[in-house]
Amino acid sequence: MAERTLEITTVEKVKTAKGMSPSRRSFLLKLGFFLNGIAAVSVSVPVLGYLLSSFRTTGPFKSWIALGQLESFPENQTRLAKFRNPYTHTWDGPTAEIPCWVRRVEGDKFQIFAINCTHLGCPVRWFQESHLFMCPCHGGAFYEDGSHASGPPPRGLYEYDYKVEDGQLWVYGGQLPTLNQPA
Amino acid sequence: MIERLRKIALWIDDRVYISKLFAATAGHTVPRTSGSWFYVFGSATLLCFMIQIVTGICLALVYVPSASEAYSSLEYLNYQQQFGWFLRAMHNWGSDFMVAIMLLHLIQVFLFGAFKYPREMTWISGVVLLLCTLGMAFTGQVLRFDQDAYWGLGIGAAMAGRVPLMGPAIVHMMLGGPIIAGETLSRFFTLHVFVIPGTIIAIVSLHLRLVLSKGINDYPVPGKLVEKETYLEEYEAELKRDGVPFFPKAISKDLVFCGLVLLGIVFCAAYFGPKGPSGIANPTHINTAPKPDFFFLWLYAVLSLMPDYLETVLILTVPFIVIGILFAIPFISNTGEKSPRRRPLAVLGVLFLLIAIGTFNYLGTFAPWSPKMEAWASASMPDNFLKGRSPLERQGALVFHSKQCINCHSIGGAGGLRGPSLDRVAARLTADQLVRQVIQGSGNMPAYGKNLKPSEVAAVVAFMRTLHSPSESPARDSAQPAQPAAEKTQAKALAQAERTPQ
Repeated sequence: MAERTLEITTVEKVKTAKGMSPSRRSFLLKLGFFLNGIAAVSVSVPVLGYLLSSFRTTGPFKSWIALGQLESFPENQTRLAKFRNPYTHTWDGPTAEIPCWVRRVEGDKFQIFAINCTHLGCPVRWFQESHLFMCPCHGGAFYEDGSHASGPPPRGLYEYDYKVEDGQLWVYGGQLPTLNQPA
Repeated sequence: MIERLRKIALWIDDRVYISKLFAATAGHTVPRTSGSWFYVFGSATLLCFMIQIVTGICLALVYVPSASEAYSSLEYLNYQQQFGWFLRAMHNWGSDFMVAIMLLHLIQVFLFGAFKYPREMTWISGVVLLLCTLGMAFTGQVLRFDQDAYWGLGIGAAMAGRVPLMGPAIVHMMLGGPIIAGETLSRFFTLHVFVIPGTIIAIVSLHLRLVLSKGINDYPVPGKLVEKETYLEEYEAELKRDGVPFFPKAISKDLVFCGLVLLGIVFCAAYFGPKGPSGIANPTHINTAPKPDFFFLWLYAVLSLMPDYLETVLILTVPFIVIGILFAIPFISNTGEKSPRRRPLAVLGVLFLLIAIGTFNYLGTFAPWSPKMEAWASASMPDNFLKGRSPLERQGALVFHSKQCINCHSIGGAGGLRGPSLDRVAARLTADQLVRQVIQGSGNMPAYGKNLKPSEVAAVVAFMRTLHSPSESPARDSAQPAQPAAEKTQAKALAQAERTPQ
């Protein structure tokens, strides 16, 4: 320890001899901190901005997508339909193909349900014979109109908005529905 | 020549301090008692991690982390790349062995009180390593970009989506976009290949450094208490009195165990082969029943068995409580007894957790809570449940199949386990109760009132009424006169009528 102090004193002597006063050294230290602080901010702002950009939930994610001609959905029936997610990358492959259940009640009255069970998101299956949606994961069941029939799901099936235009059925989709952000 | 080589070796050692490094690490003194079979799990976990690094780097040479290409690159690895199937299998089994041996290590250090003074940080860094390893297991499962991976992500998103207010933003962050797609895979790839392994390497260094600086835990002796004032001196004294260099004295059992583990991984990889990929991750292929990998089956079971109304609260709090408790353990019990022989609560706690997790994992393997989605079209009904039935009753058996009742209920062992087995339902419920149950449902059974015609309800109930063992009579409404008695009266009347001449 003593040796070290000695060393430092010698260095100080040398530096003082070269004309670097203590205040100048502390100024350089402060300048160093200051410059590096600015550098750190200018690096971290874009990095954090880049990383946190996906926190943004509003965006051009949802839009109207045509599901097909009205005739392809017979009345009183529920059919599986699929659409290409409107917000997509070329490397998304088959994951951008989104399925949904289309129920044509009568005429222009439809219900379009998300495939995801409201419990933990597994794909529900429609059973034409018993008029029930069943989930293969934890056994949730839903009635024909999407309302909760039994099992752990906390609510009925998620429903997409729809419109009928130019003889086609359109769905307003683009987002994985979850409990706090239904379709 | 030899002399020259020796000189070169000495020169290198003089410049890079290899022998000093060795003396300070592998050659450091440890208590002789630590050369025990119980102390081999830490080094074996590290060995597994090294295998994961080597096989992982190899796999990354071929694997394409893109939602459109990942699947075909895995198929290529399985079937075309030389030894690709074997390295995939090694990586998969290496992860299973790593999690299993790490759990053994955790249990051992917990039972031997190794987390107590002065090794709190060793334990805490170990808990971080445990979380990182589970993180690797989950993210690795995602990289096997198949149906299970896709819907596993969906389950993760559905859980995160339950967070109040922040839910949608967290889901968006987790998926890297509005849906599970290309960016989702890229970020899980980044986590699995850069972020978490980097963290593990850093924390393992800290963990090992702490083992060196605070010393490995001395073998616990019942009655020998840890006291802050005296422990360090006693430990030093033990090292002086009965210390041995880790290499070559204490390492032999580690070496044997590591060798066995490595052979075990190689054997499992060669014998069982790689896992998956199962079906392609195409969400429109909806005929799938996603299931997590072995180490998350217990979680899958817990999620299905907990009461619905508590679910959101439990999902969002329990993980943090459990992790909090793990971190707090060294401070809850910082000194005192180390030996498991004098810590019954610790032993019982471990046993309880093992039994609970084991039971949940066992349940998770056959998932009795999941309906059998194909049973209505594929399951058969044993003959004895159909023999001697009237046309109406057989019609009911048909309804039982065609209306998917059998997806959740079993008869004669065929069908789902979601609802109770109906082999003897007639002994439990009267005709009226059966009608009510079918039409209105209750609990976990949907109401079939809207979906069955009255004639179908009558048929299925008539069939249900025949389901009881020969020794039992069907349940009856206690307010009504007993059916057998009525039948007897009827039979008597009939007999009388027959005898009476017209």
